[in-house]
Amino acid sequence: MAPGADIEATSNKYLRGKYAIVGVGETGYVRGSGRTTRSLGTEAVRNAMQDAGLKNTEVDGMLSYSYNDSTPSPTIAGELGIRPNFYMDVYGGGSSIEALIGIAIGVIEAGMCKTVAIYRAMNGYSQVRIGGTGGKGSVAPLTGDSIFTRGYGLMSAGQMFCQSFMRHMYDYGTTPEQVAAVKAIHSEHASNNPKAYYNKRVTVEDVINSRMIVKPLHLLDCCVETDNGVALIVTSIDRASDCRQPPAVIQSVVGRCCKPRADMHYQSGPISTVAGHYGKDILWANAGVGPEDIDVTGSYDAFTFTTLMQLEDYGFCEKGEGGDYVSNGTIRLGGKRPNNTSGGHLCEGYTHGISMVIENVRQLRGNVDDSCPIGADGKRQHTYDYSEGGCRQVRDVELTANLGWATPGQGSAMVMAKY
Amino acid sequence: MTYSNEYLGMPVKISELDNENREFYQYCAQHDLHLQRCDECDLLRYPATTACPFCSCLEATWAAVEGKGTLYSYGEVHHAIQPAFRKHTPYLLLLVELDTQKDQPQKFDGLRMTANLVAADGELASPDLVKKVGIGTRLKIVYKDVDENVSIPLFTIDEDADQPSEPWRYAIE
Repeated sequence: MAPGADIEATSNKYLRGKYAIVGVGETGYVRGSGRTTRSLGTEAVRNAMQDAGLKNTEVDGMLSYSYNDSTPSPTIAGELGIRPNFYMDVYGGGSSIEALIGIAIGVIEAGMCKTVAIYRAMNGYSQVRIGGTGGKGSVAPLTGDSIFTRGYGLMSAGQMFCQSFMRHMYDYGTTPEQVAAVKAIHSEHASNNPKAYYNKRVTVEDVINSRMIVKPLHLLDCCVETDNGVALIVTSIDRASDCRQPPAVIQSVVGRCCKPRADMHYQSGPISTVAGHYGKDILWANAGVGPEDIDVTGSYDAFTFTTLMQLEDYGFCEKGEGGDYVSNGTIRLGGKRPNNTSGGHLCEGYTHGISMVIENVRQLRGNVDDSCPIGADGKRQHTYDYSEGGCRQVRDVELTANLGWATPGQGSAMVMAKY
Repeated sequence: MTYSNEYLGMPVKISELDNENREFYQYCAQHDLHLQRCDECDLLRYPATTACPFCSCLEATWAAVEGKGTLYSYGEVHHAIQPAFRKHTPYLLLLVELDTQKDQPQKFDGLRMTANLVAADGELASPDLVKKVGIGTRLKIVYKDVDENVSIPLFTIDEDADQPSEPWRYAIE
């Protein structure tokens, strides 16, 4: 479909450009936070309010997502003296954030509230580890609906996705080295991100030589697990113009778009194709732009492969050429279209997606938090020298795209524009 | 009643409310592969479900299906998550495309079963056997009995079939 063409599956296109992200905030990305998810969530939302210049009386909606491993909205709101006119806490990890931003737009549009804070607070290393290291679930009885998963030792995200990744290599000749380039490049970005948990650069060889977890995934093909609270604030473009920071204007959202057989993606079609194949027709039509117009991407990197497959299926390259796209320099800082300039989940920290949106908000503001000196105007004096420990601001960012991943069969996405 | 027994040290408990899976695994206990065939659109499906994933019809009839197919994709687990599998690494996560209903209802669709690679006796494959299998390998179903009501379906190399001279495997062994 041509970019900008209208399709029936989308929301009212006239919501394009009417809402914005006005505040972002986070705690540190650490292992061993030494505090509760209540504390992490509260600090993150408070930091996002400060960033936006909003008082607690000016936030009246709240959303969060979790795997029952967090603290719900009424508690966080109560701690901060926020009286919600609307709140909702949803179950889910990756791809929740873009969908929740769409929900926030919807509830504001419905007149239910005016300004919504969205957060993810998790002790993803010190309490509930998503990667699964033999917790309760691993020894629970096999039921009718789990003999064909846990009964076969098929339980973690890597174990559930590996067959799609392997088939992509078979179908398209994608090589381990091409895929490993995603980690190597994201690690370069993380080395210019003082808050990244892993900020040391690694090479393609380091990835290939790291121990095998589940073929084709080496240890360094897998994301980090960390403890953190992360938050952002959505409001109407009218209200946004009164906030402290330049708003990141929301052009389009895709929320949990699925392949056929949403529950068992591998039962439908070629499994080397993921939900983005369907999501792209909503994303670009709603945004009125196409992948060629995007300056910076945030393609979810739970694994190196998830970045590659989504960039491909959202149309940033031809189908099957994702291996070349992620390894030819395009997605590197200084390249044509950098991806996950924070270092992403492979390096910065693990938040199930919201931190990748925050990074793109900062890119659109032209004010990412690297080590460049801060000038008299309070803004960083970016050098655009991307060598280790240097700048990570991309020049002249006008449009960004976030591509969120839940499974090969489910994903979300969002396009944002500079104000 | 609730069935109760163990597989690889893991208790197996199929709820008495789970009629679809109880029937599927009851056929497995008889070493018969039966899948639900939709009464309206005639398509088979796996795993057992309440409605047809193609046309949403609620009525289906169990039909015998030949348990033969080709390895469509796989993963090879070196770091096990579940205690039951730690002593069996590396083990293969198979995605087997059955010969029945291949490329239906559309091209590139098919009935795909998850399973482990096992020896002919149903025991998880040895490291040597794991190395013999790749995309394209012809496989056949075998069963590991749990009790009179449940057997676990698994796949082993089909020694009677024409095998590819070199099945496709991940580039680095």
